[in-house]
Parts: sequence; C-alpha cells; structure tokens
Amino acid sequence: MSGPNAPTGNRFSLHKRVLQRLLQRQLLAAIWCAMPYTVAAQAAEIAVLGDGIAQPLAEPGDARRGRALLLSRDPANCVLCHGLNDPAVRFSGNLAPPLDGAGSRLTAAQLRLRVADSSRLNPDTIMPAYFKTEGLREVASSYRGKPVLTPQQVEDLVVYLSTLR
Amino acid sequence: MMLMAAAFLLGAAACLAQAQQRNIALPELRSGSTYMSPDIKAMQDDTFANPAMLWVEKGAKLWNAATGASAQACASCHKDAAASMKGVAARHPAFDNKAGKLLNLEGRINQCRTARQGAPALAYESEELLALTAYVAHQSRGLPLNVAIHDGARPHFERGQVLYQRRMGQMNLACMHCHEWNAGKRLLAEPISQGHGNAYPAYRLEWQAAGSLHRRLRACYFGVRAEMPLPGAQDLLDLELYLGWRGQALLVETPGVRR
Ligand code: HEC
Ligand code: HEC
Repeated sequence: MSGPNAPTGNRFSLHKRVLQRLLQRQLLAAIWCAMPYTVAAQAAEIAVLGDGIAQPLAEPGDARRGRALLLSRDPANCVLCHGLNDPAVRFSGNLAPPLDGAGSRLTAAQLRLRVADSSRLNPDTIMPAYFKTEGLREVASSYRGKPVLTPQQVEDLVVYLSTLR
Repeated sequence: MMLMAAAFLLGAAACLAQAQQRNIALPELRSGSTYMSPDIKAMQDDTFANPAMLWVEKGAKLWNAATGASAQACASCHKDAAASMKGVAARHPAFDNKAGKLLNLEGRINQCRTARQGAPALAYESEELLALTAYVAHQSRGLPLNVAIHDGARPHFERGQVLYQRRMGQMNLACMHCHEWNAGKRLLAEPISQGHGNAYPAYRLEWQAAGSLHRRLRACYFGVRAEMPLPGAQDLLDLELYLGWRGQALLVETPGVRR
C-alpha cells in the first residue's frame, strides 16, 4: 500500500493539483510544490503489523547511502541523540540508546517502524517520526506536509542499521 | 492597614504560584551557566572579558541621553539605575494593570519611551533595545528571580505552561522534553541545561553578538523545525513568564555568555 505502488487516488489528486497550478501559469512552482504531496500521501499509509512494518516503503535500500545519511547533520541527524561506534562519529548525543548492535536486536520490519514512527510503540518517545506528517503542530512552513525522510531514505537506513551487529 | 492588606495579597499570590506543580523542585534548579565549560563561565564572570558588557556600557550611555519630544533621559526620572533599577529585571515579565497586558523588560522600556519620553518604540532585537535591556537587567545581577503570578498574569502563565509542555514542529518535541527530561545530557556535543532565562540578554558565541531571550527561544523553535514566533510575540512573552516562575529564586546573571 505504499512506496512505488501509491494508490491511484493520490496520483489523481497530484495531477489535479498540477493542472490547477498550470492554469495559474506557475509551472515551476507547481512541479516543486507538488512533490511533497505524493510523499505526504504515502506517509499516511504505512502498514504497521505488530511492532514492525513488514512491507518495504521503496526499492531495496543501500547500506552505504544509509550510513552517509545516518551521519549527516541534515536531514537525518541521528547522532544528535544516538551514539555509534564509528570512526566518522566525532560527537554524538546521549539522549538515546547507542545504535551499535541495532541489527542484531531488531528485524528489518522493527527497524523500519522505529525510524518511520517510534511514537506508535511509545507515545512518550522523544524520537522524532521520520516518516509521518499527521498529528504534528506548528511545523515550519518549509517542512509542512513533508516527512523528514523520503521512503527510499528510510529503506537505506533500515538496510544500514541491519548491518550493525 | 494598607501594609497588612498588601502583605496578605502578596502571600496569597505566592501560595497560588506555589500550588502549581513544579517539575523541577526549587532546590534542584541550576542556572544555565553551571552546564557551560569553565572557560565560558569564567568569561561571563569577568566583567572585562565578558563581551556582553559592551552592550551594558552602551545601555548606560542611552540611559543618560535625552531623547524624544520630552527631551528627557531615562535618568531624568529614574536617576541612578543602580538604585532605581535594582530588582526590576527579577520581577519581569509583569502584568501591567493599566496597560492591560504582560510586559517584559523590553516592553516596559518601550512603554516608558512612548508614554513618557515621547520617543518611538525601539525595535525588538535592535542594538539600542538590547543595550538598554542589558543595562537595566544588569542592575539585578545576583538577585533572585521573583515574578508575580496573580490577576491578569495568570492566563499568561497558564498559556506559557501549555506551550512549554506541548509538542511542536516537525521534530515533534516540547520544551520539557529537552530541558526537563534530558537536562544534563548532550545533544550532539552540546550539554542541555534546564533552560532558564536568568542570563538574558546574553552574548552567544554562535551569534557573535548579544541577543534577547526571545532570540534564544526562537533558536529552540528552529531546532525542532517549528514555525518561529517573532521576537516580542505573545507566545514568547507567555513562555518568558512561565520560565520566570519555573526558575523562581535563581539569581539574575545578565549579561550571560553562552555557546
Ligand atoms: C531527539 C532524539 C532522537 C533522534 C534525533 C533519533 N532518535 Fe532514535 N531513539 C531515540 C530514543 C529516546 C529511543 C529509545 C526508544 C524510545 O524512547 O522510544 C530511540 C530508539 C531508536 C531505535 C531502537 C533502538 C533499540 O535498540 O531498540 C532505533 C533503531 C533508532 N532510534 C534509530 C534512529 C535513527 C536511524 C535516527 C535518525 C534517522 C534516530 N534514531 C534519531 C531518540 C532519537
Ligand atoms: C531538541 C531540544 C530542545 C528543545 C525541544 C528546546 N530546547 Fe531550549 N535549548 C536547547 C539547547 C541544546 C540549548 C543550548 C544549551 C542550553 O543552554 O541548554 C537550549 C537553550 C535554551 C535556553 C537558554 C538557557 C541558557 O541558560 O542560556 C532557554 C531559556 C531555552 N532553551 C528554553 C526553551 C523553551 C522555552 C523551549 C520550547 C519553546 C525549548 N527551549 C525547546 C535544546 C532544546
């Protein structure tokens, strides 16, 4: 129900938006603004089963991309809170458990849910949901309606986290 | 008689504020400066090394400069700030019954300018307003925070508390998640303090300038990717009042130095 197989309803509404904007002769703005809507529509559709998301959100992830993402300041910034034993990590926060061994503790499905939306497991969590758009308030306009990560980025992280054993 | 009534009212106000549940008990309160590296703390404590003292000095000049239609200086009415402004910052924000609104120190200074000096209000975060605020607040250095939560202030206090505890932004975090649940821990390399306002305006190395408490709060809003209220906005004023109550009896450190 997610990822590349987005239901036609969303595609339709996307096209409708694009058409509307075209009518306003704002082609560039239209292409730019319409993109988040597809992602946002998908973000609402993750299928949670038990304590995981079994269904991948996109194409199989890439561990190298996942590692780079995990270390990046923007958009993921996982080391803001999590420690990780990796030569590239010079500073890391200690608000959260270290990610070392995450792949031996958790299955891909479990990792996917923890990255996508930890609040489904722990309503009091301080871990941001990286693939959720609903239920948020006062989101800065440049981020509004967009999940932090794309479906592909979530998959990249899941594959990389699985290698942490 | 009048005195007794006043004492009673004060006592009642203190009780009301006390009745609110404190998430950090008074003896556990710690100023932001106690979380900083020793070199930054030393910089704050040394009047000659503290870069924010430039703003205080500029504020002293403005205090004595006649301005506006009245051609009066702050000093024309208030004389020596060391005496007349002592403790003023410690009890702000305060609800002004006549104006019918909550005023922080910046707001009070601008009220004096417009109503008494006949001068235009200074823009929030302007060098002049920062300087005057830093100068006035500096006169309370070492005095305990003591804001009053009664009458008109109460709804602002309650709103401030809601804002403090409510998740916001794309990161979906509330002030309390960092400054109460995780004070003392580290966000990347940065130690998280209890988030008090007792050192503002403060010089931040990251800004390479002095800034108001509202500017600091906006940085927290930015961090959680939330829509930032403008400096001086009601939400920030209400939060400032809540912070004042929450930091009850912490000593004013203005002007602070922060990373
Ligand atoms: C603001 C803090 C914060 C950030 C940023 C953050 N996390 Fe977390 N994370 C937590 C906390 C706290 C937990 C512990 C579980 C809980 O409280 O829900 C956690 C739990 C996890 C877990 C489960 C760990 C286990 O062993 O059970 C994984 C996996 C994880 N995070 C991955 C990530 C990844 C990947 C990112 C970046 C894309 C990230 N986190 C960003 C705070 C954070
Ligand atoms: C994601 C974590 C986070 C959240 C959420 C957050 N802050 Fe902060 N805040 C920080 C960090 C980090 C600093 C800088 C280090 C310090 O002084 O604590 C800071 C600094 C402050 C300071 C300055 C303290 C000082 O002594 O200089 C205040 C006041 C403050 N925050 C209040 C708030 C309020 C009010 C909110 C909610 C509107 C909030 N914070 C939300 C992380 C956060």
